[in-house]
Amino acid sequence: MARVAEQVGPAEAEREELISGSEAIAVACKLADVDVITAYPIRPYDTVMQYVAKLVANGELDCEYIVAESEHSQFEIVKHASAAGARVFCGSSGVGWMYAFEALTVTPALRIPLVAMVGNRALDDPGAFGVEHNDALAVRDLGWLLVWVDTAQEALDTALIAWRVAEDRRVFLPCAIGCDGAFLTHSQSMVKVPPPSWVRQFLPPYDRGDLLLHPDNPITVAPQVNEDWLMELRKHNDEAMKRARVVLREAYADFERIFGRAYGNPFFEEYRTEDAEVVLVGMGTLSMPVKVAVRQMRQQGVRVGFVRLRWFRPFPTEELATTLSRFRAVGVIDRDYSFGSPHASGVLANEIRAALYNSLARPPLVSFICGLGGREVTVPNVLEMTELVRRAAAGEPAESTYWIGIRQ
Amino acid sequence: MADSLATTPLPTLEPFKGVKKVPLEEYFTSGHRTCQGCESALVMKLMVKAAGPRTIVLGSTGCMYVANTTYYSTSWVVPWMHTQLGSSGSAGLGTAAALRALMRKGKLRSEPINVIAFCGDGGGADMGLSAISAALTHTEYNFLILLYDNESYANTDIQLSGLTPYGAHTTFSPPGSAKRILHQRWKKNVAGMLAAGHPSCRYVATVCASYAVEMMNRVRKALSIGGPTFIHSLDPCPKGWDYDPMLSHELGELAVECGIWPLYEVEDHRLKLYGRTKGIAEGRSRRRPVRDYLLRQGRFAHFTDDDIDYFQAKVDEMWERWIIPGVIPFASEITNGRGSD
Repeated sequence: MARVAEQVGPAEAEREELISGSEAIAVACKLADVDVITAYPIRPYDTVMQYVAKLVANGELDCEYIVAESEHSQFEIVKHASAAGARVFCGSSGVGWMYAFEALTVTPALRIPLVAMVGNRALDDPGAFGVEHNDALAVRDLGWLLVWVDTAQEALDTALIAWRVAEDRRVFLPCAIGCDGAFLTHSQSMVKVPPPSWVRQFLPPYDRGDLLLHPDNPITVAPQVNEDWLMELRKHNDEAMKRARVVLREAYADFERIFGRAYGNPFFEEYRTEDAEVVLVGMGTLSMPVKVAVRQMRQQGVRVGFVRLRWFRPFPTEELATTLSRFRAVGVIDRDYSFGSPHASGVLANEIRAALYNSLARPPLVSFICGLGGREVTVPNVLEMTELVRRAAAGEPAESTYWIGIRQ
Repeated sequence: MADSLATTPLPTLEPFKGVKKVPLEEYFTSGHRTCQGCESALVMKLMVKAAGPRTIVLGSTGCMYVANTTYYSTSWVVPWMHTQLGSSGSAGLGTAAALRALMRKGKLRSEPINVIAFCGDGGGADMGLSAISAALTHTEYNFLILLYDNESYANTDIQLSGLTPYGAHTTFSPPGSAKRILHQRWKKNVAGMLAAGHPSCRYVATVCASYAVEMMNRVRKALSIGGPTFIHSLDPCPKGWDYDPMLSHELGELAVECGIWPLYEVEDHRLKLYGRTKGIAEGRSRRRPVRDYLLRQGRFAHFTDDDIDYFQAKVDEMWERWIIPGVIPFASEITNGRGSD
C-alpha cells in the first residue's frame, strides 16, 4: 500500500545529535523503517549493529534483527528477505566482507536493493583494523552502487538516498556505503536528524512489484540460463547501472527540496577548485587533512583545490573528466592498492586515467598510494603530494605512482 | 510495536489418510530434465504436493536446481528461488523473517505461507551445515529445511560428499590398483546431529520417498508444527549409485530394510521410529543383510567380502551399541539410564 506523502508541518523539526558515523546509519535504519537487519561481528563496521541492537531492544526500531553465524549467511538472509518484499540492511568490514563474497556476487545479479554499510578496513593478514578501501572496491565490477561518505551527516543522508535509489524499479541494485574505519565509524560529530515524516515523504515504501516472491505471484527466480540468456541478463544490469545516474540526480534534488540540505553535484564535491591550477582527488575522510592543507597552501598563494569523489559506481565519467580537464595537473590519492595494475597505481587513479582518456585536454595525472592500514594521511603528506603534482604541471618528468608516508 | 514474539500464522495440514486421499493437483510438473529414475525429483513433487499451493520454495544449488529450472521451462507451479550451495538455512530464515516482519507491520496480508528451503547432501551436510544449524535455533520463524540426499555431488559428476557411504566409488574416490577403498569416511548422521544439537527445534525426521504417503505426512507435520524444522530424505540415484533406473523405489526400501536408513521422527523431544524401521526395532521383522543392498549397486562393485563384512559390522553397531539405535551414536556409562555396556 502506498503511503500518502505527508506535508512537512511546523511542529516537525529536525533535531541535532552528537553521534558517530555508525550511529548515524543506525538512525537512518530507524527512519527508513527497515524490515530485516542481519548482524555479524567484525570491526569497525559492527558498531552500527551495536546501535541497531539498542534501538531494537528499546522498541525504537521494529524489524527482524538476526545475528547470523557468518557474513555469508548475513548477506544471504537479507538477500532472500528482500526478494520476499522486505526493506533490508546489512554490512561488514575487511575480510568479513570477503567471506560474504559469494552472496555479494549474486545480490546485484538478482536485482536485490540491499543497502549495506562497509566499515572500510584493511584485508588482513597481517592483522590491521584500520581503513583501506580494497574491501568495498572488490565488488566494483559486479553491479553494486558504491559510494564513499565523509561525515556522519553525510552517512545518514546517503543511507536514505541509497534506499531510495536502490529500491527504484529502474535500478533495483544493491548499494554499499563506504565509511572509513575509525575516522568515520567511531568519530562523533553533530548530525541533524530529520523527523520521520520528512523521510516518509522522501522514501516511498519498497515495492518489489512483479518480482515479489509470493504465492500470489508464482515466479521462478534465478533459473539456469547458461549461454542462451545470461548475456542479455548481464546487459539488464548494465542498463540499470546507467539509469542509476539519472535516478541519483532525481534523489539528490528531492533530498534538497525536502530536507533543505544541498549536496550540489551528487557525484563529487569540489573544494576551492574555482581558480585552481592543480587538484588532488580522493575518497572518504582523507578530505579533512587535504582541506586543511589546501587552506594552508592557499594562504601561501598556491592555487590548489580538492575533488572528493562520492559515487564510485556509477562512475561519473563525463562529469569528472570535464571537471578535471580544467586543471594543469591532477593528483589522485588512493587509500587502496592494485598490485600489477597499469602504472602500479591505485584503483581510483586508473579509473580516472580511463575517464580522462577521451578528453581533448588531458592533464598529467600523478597517482599516490597513501594512508593504508589506517595510517593517517597527514598535512605534510598532502603538501608533499601537492608539490609533486605542481612539478608535473610544470612539465617536469615524474613517476606515475608514488607511495607517500612510507618508511624507506 | 506489535507483539514482536508472535510468529506468522501456521497452516492446518492434517495427515493424508492413505494414498487415495492425496490430492491430484501437482505443483512440481513437467519441464524438468532430471535423469530417468531420479528419486529426488519424486521427493520435490511429493514435498510440494504435501505443502500445497500457498508455499514458497527455495532451492540451493545442486541437481534439483540445475535440472529443474531451465529458463522458460520451470517445473515449479509455486514461487521458487535459487539460493547458493551453502545457503538453504539462510534462504529459509530470510524468507520467513521477511514474511514475519511484513505481516506484523501490516505491509503484507497475514496468512499461512509455507516456506521450504531444500538442499542436497553437499549443500546440507558439507557447506551449508553451519547455516542450517543457526537457522534451526530461530524458533520465531516458520520454515522447513529439506535435505535430499543422493549421497554424492551428483549434478557435478558424482563426487563424494560428507554423506557418501563408506567405500563408494565416486569420481573423487575411484577404486584403484593400490587403493581399493579410497573413501574411508563414514557417513555423517545429520538428522541425529541436528535433533540432538538443537533442542528448541520442534521437529526433525528422516524419510524415504519409497514410502510416499508417510513421507508427505512428515512434510505436513514439519510445516504445521511451528518454528524451523528439518527433514532428511534418502534418495536413490541411478546415475550416482549405478543401477537400473527402474530399481529406485526398491533400493529405497532396501536401505530401510537393511537398517542402513532408519526412519524416525523427533517431535517435541519425543523420538518415534516408524514404518519398517519400527518393525525391525520391535523384532517384528528381520533386518536384512547389507549385502542385499550393496550388491545391487555398481558403486560398491569393487567390494570384497571383507568390505561387506566391515559395512555390516558398522550397521550392526548402529543397532546394537548406540544409546538410541540408529539415532544417537554414543554409548553411555550411566547405569541408571538407558545406557548399554
